[in-house]
Amino acid sequence: MSVTEARLRDCFLRGLAGESTAYHAFLQELSVHLRAFLRRRLSRLPDEVEDLVQETLLAVHNQRHTYDAGQPLTAWVHAIARYKLVDLLRRRAGRDALNDPLDDDIDLLAGSDTEAADARRDLAKLLARLPDKQRLPIMHMKLQGLSVAETARATGLSESAVKVGVHRGLKALAIMIRGGP
Amino acid sequence: MKTDELVAMLASSVEAVPLHSSERRHAIALACGLPVALALMVVFIGVRPDITEAVALPMFWMKLAFPAVLLAGGAFAAIRLSRPGGRMGVTAVALAAPVLAIWLLAAVTLAGAAPAEYGLLIFGQTWAACPFMIALLAVPLFVALIWAMQGLAPTRPALAGAVAGLVAGAGGALVYAPHCPEMAAPFLGAWYVLGMAIPAIAGALLGPRLLRW
Repeated sequence: MSVTEARLRDCFLRGLAGESTAYHAFLQELSVHLRAFLRRRLSRLPDEVEDLVQETLLAVHNQRHTYDAGQPLTAWVHAIARYKLVDLLRRRAGRDALNDPLDDDIDLLAGSDTEAADARRDLAKLLARLPDKQRLPIMHMKLQGLSVAETARATGLSESAVKVGVHRGLKALAIMIRGGP
Repeated sequence: MKTDELVAMLASSVEAVPLHSSERRHAIALACGLPVALALMVVFIGVRPDITEAVALPMFWMKLAFPAVLLAGGAFAAIRLSRPGGRMGVTAVALAAPVLAIWLLAAVTLAGAAPAEYGLLIFGQTWAACPFMIALLAVPLFVALIWAMQGLAPTRPALAGAVAGLVAGAGGALVYAPHCPEMAAPFLGAWYVLGMAIPAIAGALLGPRLLRW
């Protein structure tokens, strides 16, 4: 197991346990690796890279409950990145853009790329299109950093409705990104 | 929104997430789908009238064990395939073994029988209804398993859908067996296998559409 894998996995598992700072560090470092990984594979579609980095990060977050602690984190993340990449290429029907084999999961952590281009798609605009019971919990909890209880008080929703709203809202965001169900 | 902002948003106020969600969701699906299928069988077609005598016969238990083993192996395969990057691994053996075993038993049975008996051993009395009934009884479990997988993240949706169909088919065969009067291995090897293959094929076709995420 590489040092990077061990460090990322540790941060991720602490994030799963509810530690925001560790989870933030995980997503931050992962985005750097994802950018390099996707840029190599989308060399003919450079404008798509940052959008796909964001889409993959959102998928990693939404699907984080599917991680099996017995598996290498790299393999899990790679499978998500590859799935989202294939999905994008299928959407664009631009198979020509593939210039690397996709099934080399060893090198996901090999590259790093901190130069984030601007995403073309604005997630903030997509967020604004969510229904209130999803948008408000996300705004309060995820953008202003309020707790579940504070968000519940601010929105008048129950605490479980707040949690469900955040969860469903982020899933709905992923569905909007890939263009409908 | 910049990627750093997205990262900050996703990481703020994260809730603890329980692990083993794939196991849990599949367990719920089995616990919901199987009793519904069993109830449908009891209400609409009923257990065979001679059930009290049938339970004394080894072949009756063989008929339950065959789909039960497939169901268990398939459930583990489904749990794995519902996670990103999940592979069938050893569970593929657990799926192939019971089918090969029943075919071997069928071959042995046919080899020891007179050619005049082949028709009865293979077709029995109910071959025309059997695969159809098994596929029909598979529906509740199939719906439950697709629900389970939709809350997870299969990266090979056709294979995951096929396995969901196969597990549902095995569940259908399991609850159909106490109704079914047939006791010959060649019958099971042909019509039970076909009955389980129907939902498996349906799952392979529907998977890419139903299991996108």
